[in-house]
Order: sequence, then structure tokens, then C-alpha cells
Amino acid sequence: MAVKLPIYMDNHATTPVDPRVVETMLPYFTEKFGNAASRNHSFGWAGEEAVETSRQQIASLINATPKEIIFTSGATESDNLMIKGIAEMFREKGNHIITQAIEHKAVLDTCKNLEKHGFEVTYLPVQRDGRVSIEDLKAAIKPTTILITIMYANNEIGVINPIAEIGKIAKEHGIFFAVDGVQAVGKVPVDVQKDNIDMLAISGHKIYGPKGVGALYVRRRNPRVQLSAIIDGGGHERGMRSGTLNVPGIVGLGKACEIAQKEMPEEAARLLGLRERLRKGLEAKLDEVFINGSMEHRLPNNLNMSFAYVEGESLLMGINDIAVSSGSACTSATLEPSYVLKALGVGEDLAHTSIRFGLGRFNTQEEVDYVIDKMVQVVTKLRELSPLYEMAKEGIDISKMKWQTA
Amino acid sequence: MAYSEKVVDHYNNPRNVGSLSKEDPNVGTGLVGAPECGDVMKLQMKINPDTKVIEEAKFKTFGCGSAIASSSLATEWVKGKTVEEALSIKNTDIVRELSLPPVKIHCSVLAEDAIKAAIGDWKKKHGVDVPASEKPSH
Repeated sequence: MAVKLPIYMDNHATTPVDPRVVETMLPYFTEKFGNAASRNHSFGWAGEEAVETSRQQIASLINATPKEIIFTSGATESDNLMIKGIAEMFREKGNHIITQAIEHKAVLDTCKNLEKHGFEVTYLPVQRDGRVSIEDLKAAIKPTTILITIMYANNEIGVINPIAEIGKIAKEHGIFFAVDGVQAVGKVPVDVQKDNIDMLAISGHKIYGPKGVGALYVRRRNPRVQLSAIIDGGGHERGMRSGTLNVPGIVGLGKACEIAQKEMPEEAARLLGLRERLRKGLEAKLDEVFINGSMEHRLPNNLNMSFAYVEGESLLMGINDIAVSSGSACTSATLEPSYVLKALGVGEDLAHTSIRFGLGRFNTQEEVDYVIDKMVQVVTKLRELSPLYEMAKEGIDISKMKWQTA
Repeated sequence: MAYSEKVVDHYNNPRNVGSLSKEDPNVGTGLVGAPECGDVMKLQMKINPDTKVIEEAKFKTFGCGSAIASSSLATEWVKGKTVEEALSIKNTDIVRELSLPPVKIHCSVLAEDAIKAAIGDWKKKHGVDVPASEKPSH
């Protein structure tokens, strides 16, 4: 079968909307366009009913109850709401927040913002495998700690944190536990009861739903979590998030969750098969490739690999019919290589050579085989062009050389 | 980011890729940049000691497409020029020729540095003093 180009393999950035999701959404743009807050006519009732169905679908996926689901504009808002909402509501109780170095910017920058307003934030380091150390976490807890916020799975390296263990510790200490679940929900089983999660941020467009819609799980029992709103207005979503509900988006997010729940076991196994085919194919045909982060505790659809001596942006340029992303500085706005890889202790030289592959629902084995062939071809060509590869082959230790840095 | 046609052409068909013997007294080698910065260029020239004409130029570059294109272009430009003519090549000439965007100007600076470093190395081999103005800026 011929492969259709370009190939999309950047599913941690975003996913295409599943056609089944689109189909479910369509009536809510036209004939069922009512405002879910309109209580006095059938247009409003249809909207409200659709929103409640979605709440049910999302709750079911994470073992919550529908009333515990709040709709937002996306996971960045959910992350902001869960962190700022707790900080403001409980600042009399304490001003200390614990997070970790490789959170998404939606969490890190929210924490940095709170530091400007009198909060103290501990940024736990991660271990070489990309996971938080439980011992480090225990040591960081103080009497003033009100919140622990740790992501379920990382967006660059796909590494899954020991969430159940962290949840248990948070509960023992009476500290709220907020989790950025963007990459994990719908990909691996997430259970807010089993994991003792108090708040969980969810995104629509990472799970084959639409962009511009997200959800926040807020625990209602044992303990009941109260959040200060960050958006004021009509008092929607139990006062936690005002603003007319995005009914078509919410319908899409719900349907995406329903599909994910039904198909997860089969889909995860298939993606793991493809990921391993990709990993083994690249490792068999190229020397000096290194995997970033734990292979044991990892999302089934993620591979993050450094191709030593080949700069990431030039690699992307050579594989321009494949959409992936790189930790190279040249591909970021800051001209710094990935802060995630840096926190893992990956040298800056190797961080510049990293590629993130994010497999998804619509990738095929033929596409994986094409990607392997193309990667091998381009890496080999660029290594012939690389003075570093030549020096390494001559037995020169590049790390010990004196470089003229600017 | 979109690349200019010329950058893409140099990336797809890099000119003068390879290495010359570092031990050859007529070969000057310039190695500039650093792996942790994401750019390393090696530029080598074989210079005729009598005519001071650059008879051969080779490069290898670890870096983005613009860095590869800048060094590839540099080898094309220095070939056939005298040492003095080659030293007059400015990074801004490279920026103009390749239509490099502002974030890629450092690639052209590195290429200019590589030319100076290679000629400096050759002059050192021949016991010629290298004036400060001809030393790499980085």
C-alpha cells in the first residue's frame, strides 16, 4: 500500500478530530444551537441535555461522577484554574506549593505567577528516567504546603509519574493533589479514586476531540474541593467557571472520551506495537541513538530519541514529509534546547539532536516503516556532513574538547 | 519556518563536503562553534603558498539547514580567491545571498569566523602573524 504524504506523527501536539466526533458535534452548530443556560425553552434544554451527556462520558472515563466535571476552554485554563483556584481559596491555610521541573508551561508559568503574589513554590527535580522521586517529594512537604501539582505523563518524553503513590502521600498529609492529565487521559487508564486525585485537567484536542474545549475534574467528596474562580460572570459551572458553555465543543469532548474508553485497550496495544516497531527499526539501522526517559513507565504512543551528531532542525528539514518535533534550540522561540531534556540530565549537545515521535489513532504500520527508512537515510546523510561524527569515529572525545563558545 | 530556495538547494546538494589532511602544511583548518550551542563548522582550505590562491575548500557542519547552507556557500565563494580576497567576505554577504532571517544571522557569523579561522591556521603554519582583525570574532 502506498503511503500518503505528508505523514502526521506529532500527536502529543494535537490530534485530528475523529470523524465520529465531528458527526456527533454537527447538529449542535445549527439546529440544536441553544444556550445550555436557557432554562425556559426547548433549545436551551437540548443544549443542557447534551452537556450533561458529555459530563457523564468524561466522568465515566476517569471514574468520577458527572457533577465533578467543569468545562473550560482547554487544559491551559484547567491548569490555571486548579492551581490558582486552590491558592486563592486556601492562602490563609498555607502558601507553599510543590510541583516539578518538567511540567507543562501552563503549570510552571502559573506557579511562577503565584510566586510573585507571595506563594512559595518547590520545583522538584526529576530523576534520569524523567520521573519524580517519592523521597524528594516527601522531603519537600512542609506544614504550609497546600497543593501538590504533578503531571500524569510528560508531553515531550511520555514518561508516566508514580501518580497513585503521590496521591496517597498527598492524602495522608491533607494536601490537595492537582494533576495535569492532558497526555494520559484517554491513552492509559486514569482513575481519580484509585489515584487519590483531587483535580485533573483534561484537553479535548489531544484525544481526537476539538480544540478550544477542556475539562477540569474537581472532587466533591472525601474531601470536597472548593476553588476560587478565575473568570467571573454568570455563575456557570457551579460558579467555578462563568461563560456560556461551548456546547458543540463539549459534545465533541464527551464523544471523544466515550470512544477512548471503549477502544483504549485495543488502541494502546496497537500503538505500543507500532512504537516498538519504530524504536527497534531505528536502533537496528543506526548507531549512537539514545532514548530519552524511562521505557518502562511510558505512554504507549511516545518515542523520544536523540540522534547523536545530527542537529535536530536540520534533521526535520530532511524529513519534511513527516511531521514530528525536536528538542533542538533552533525549533524553539527561546533558542534554548528543551528544558525537559535538560532536567533529565541529557547533555545540551544531545538535546539538540532529539526528535519526539507521537503516534496516534490514524498512524499505520506502513507509515512507521516509511518513517524508519526516511530517518535512516537522512541521519546517515547528515552524519556524513557532521564534523562531530567524523571526530567521534576518529576516537576524539568531543565532550573533552575545548570549544570556542560565544 | 520557511527556508529560502537557496538554503534548501545547499541543504539538498551541499557543495564541497569532506575533509582535507590537517597535516598538509598547505591546508588551513577552521573549527568553530560548539555542540552545546547546536552549531559546529569545520572549514578547510588548501592554499597555494606561492600564489596565495585557495585551490580547494571542504566543509563539514553540525547545525541547522541555514548553518549547512552558510558553510557550503562559503566553500564555493573562497575557492579560486586569494587569501586576502577571502578575508574580505563578510557575514552580511552570506545573509543577503541566502536571504537568512534575523534568527539565523549567527549561522552567517559562524561561517565568516570559519573562513578566518582556517586562514589563520594556514598562516600560523607558515609563520605569518595573524592580525586581530582577521581573528574569529567568537
